[in-house]
Amino acid sequence: MSAANHHAAHDHDHDGHGESHGSLRDYVIGFILSVVLTAIPFWLVMSGAIADKQATALVIMAFAVVQIVVHMIYFLHMNTKSENGWTVMALIFTIILVVIALSGSLWVMYHLNHNMMPMTSHDMGQLP
Amino acid sequence: MESVVHNHWSPLLGRLWWDAIPQEPIVWATFAAVALGGIALVAALTYFKVWGYLWKEWFTSVDHKKIGIMYMVLGLIMFVRGFADAVMMRLQQAWAFNGSEGYLNAHHFDQVFTAHGVIMIFFAAMPFVTGFMNYVVPLQIGARDVSFPFLNNFSFWMTASGAVLVMLSLFIGEFGQTGWLAYPPLSGIAYSPWVGVDYWIWALQIAGVGTLLSGVNLISTIVKMRAPGMDLMKMPIFTWTALCTNILIVAAFPVLTAVLCMLTADRYLDFNFFTNDFGGSAMMYVNLIWIWGHPEVYILILPCFGIFSEVTSTFCGKRLFGYTSMVYATMVITILSYIVWLHHFFTMGSGASVNSFFGITTMVISIPTGAKLFNWLFTMYRGRIRFELPMMWTIAFMLTFTVGGMTGVLLAVPPADFVLHNSLFLIAHFHNVIIGGVVFGTFAGINFWWPKAFGFKLHEGWGKLSFWCWAIGFWFAFMPLYVLGLMGVTRRMRVFDDPNLQIWFLIAAFGAALIAVGIGAFIVQVGYSIWKRKELAVDGDPWGGRTLEWSTTSPPPAYNFAFTPVVHEIDAWDDMKRCGAPRPTGNFQAIHMPKNTEAGIILGGLATAFGFAMIWHIWWLAGLTFAGMIGYAIFHTFNYNRDYFIPADEVTATEAAALGQLAPAGA
Repeated sequence: MSAANHHAAHDHDHDGHGESHGSLRDYVIGFILSVVLTAIPFWLVMSGAIADKQATALVIMAFAVVQIVVHMIYFLHMNTKSENGWTVMALIFTIILVVIALSGSLWVMYHLNHNMMPMTSHDMGQLP
Repeated sequence: MESVVHNHWSPLLGRLWWDAIPQEPIVWATFAAVALGGIALVAALTYFKVWGYLWKEWFTSVDHKKIGIMYMVLGLIMFVRGFADAVMMRLQQAWAFNGSEGYLNAHHFDQVFTAHGVIMIFFAAMPFVTGFMNYVVPLQIGARDVSFPFLNNFSFWMTASGAVLVMLSLFIGEFGQTGWLAYPPLSGIAYSPWVGVDYWIWALQIAGVGTLLSGVNLISTIVKMRAPGMDLMKMPIFTWTALCTNILIVAAFPVLTAVLCMLTADRYLDFNFFTNDFGGSAMMYVNLIWIWGHPEVYILILPCFGIFSEVTSTFCGKRLFGYTSMVYATMVITILSYIVWLHHFFTMGSGASVNSFFGITTMVISIPTGAKLFNWLFTMYRGRIRFELPMMWTIAFMLTFTVGGMTGVLLAVPPADFVLHNSLFLIAHFHNVIIGGVVFGTFAGINFWWPKAFGFKLHEGWGKLSFWCWAIGFWFAFMPLYVLGLMGVTRRMRVFDDPNLQIWFLIAAFGAALIAVGIGAFIVQVGYSIWKRKELAVDGDPWGGRTLEWSTTSPPPAYNFAFTPVVHEIDAWDDMKRCGAPRPTGNFQAIHMPKNTEAGIILGGLATAFGFAMIWHIWWLAGLTFAGMIGYAIFHTFNYNRDYFIPADEVTATEAAALGQLAPAGA
């Protein structure tokens, strides 16, 4: 972006931001970590290194969570100080909502599945 | 309409063929009226040569004030359409007794109740609250515009694009017959094979983009662009509610987007997320859509709580009672609104443990809401209350909303819900809170901020007629529905067997007629006020306002504030008036402003064409318009000619001309 355009594109006052724009080094580290964290799950599935499928799924999910953290640090440049702490606050709020939505859905759907899907008279007598 | 099979498809027009024209005399008559009205409007606009004006000053404008007004106009147009649907339902249900089929066949009636719900929530109520937030928030926080002015314009046109698709469905094809949330498997391809549900999906997806982006825009505006000195606990309460609402929007709307994507995959690509076979679960759809749907109702009501707070403190001439508790109540509602969604499907079979949890959280949410009500009451207590129109709407809200809230707590008891769910009692409950809260809030807000937006007050006589018709009409229209619901009448019924029920539907129809008079009186009120605008003209601060929007002229200049105000107190403008803060009269600087752009309306138009093509399976057009949208958006990023300066001379001249109109701060 040339200097003249830079002025036009960023017309808001830049006071007290403290946001960081990552360096090339950060991006390379982030990229390599992402590739590694993507490749391992692929390898786990393709080679079948872990026999138990459910365990594989859990490991893959764990890798996905780490991947999210990598993206947030290296690509979104999130840290505790940026934007006067608003970024962290937004992150905490997001985590709370995602946890509510996911755990709530699992809880609700588990009960719905348990209560509504087995439709024999014996099962009906066992409702919680 | 006996299940007509529509299986025509051609590469050029997709599913679009002559059979897309509805075989309904009612629709033809509507189409004729709309076509004639449209032609007359276009002719008038051309005759008076206002196209250029509309394009330059409104459609391409990035001014938050003009975009806010356009949202309100869109909302009002769609509100009238949604109300027409409501009147049709009331008429049908009052008519179809004693063996009569009424005048609407099932196919048409099912579309009418679906369209009514969708339009009123997505294309009337949402534009209203977004319009208010757009217009008022930057003025209240002493900013010149929102953070991303072009994005704001783009958001508006995406919302309008969704509205256009819904309107098109009336004349080309059909709308969904599924109810406003389109539960599968009914909304799946097996049971809704034609275009109705697709119109619903694409209208909501496209409008959803606009809603989400305007949410992002307003959050960043409130977080980053407040006037110096206005820390969070000095923010006007409307801005607080706007902040919480937009946080809800940003957190909740992606869930809607995702669930719509999954339904789209089911319908277009033979997926089985929500089908009965292949491991699909329709219950998952209901679960997901209410994870969005419950926050959505708080998205609508929170800004209205903000409006009522501003109105109450202004017209009682004192600071809002319990400002801090009001802020915390708003935040608590924001969080709690995420953990109550299951109360929309208590009867689906989650069992006692899950139902108890969600029943209790639902009852808990009435506590912060009740706290707000007491705050308003205590603000009025020993206040010098002026019964102007906004205050009248606010008092009507308090009475109406409290009753609606109490029936809500009743429905929150799972065993009671098993009796009352899906009945007209539920219909009466949510109309009681949505009309009492959102609609009355909208009218309070329109009457309150109209003088700010246009420089003259709305006529009081017509406003009072509108108010009384609404306030009384509401009780006539919905109290019978409570009774009917308690008698076990389910919602969405087209014909009735029991003749004893008819009297209640007749009373409800009378209420709808009263409301119709109220809407008519409002339209006359607006027209008459515009005609008599010279006599109704006001200065910058007609109500004795307390927040910063009243410190500038009515209407405000394009740049809102020549100098950014400095804030020391809650109710900053009231504080300035009491301290006699001097108004700057010289030394004005050139003001940096964003330039208008036609990119928003072009992208919105392409989105409409894309949605239409997807609905009708016109794949070539869908591909072309999608590529067009992406390509044009990239092209637009190369437009560097997007800002200009208002010269200092012009600012000086504007401010000098305004001096007579502005209430001197120290007076």
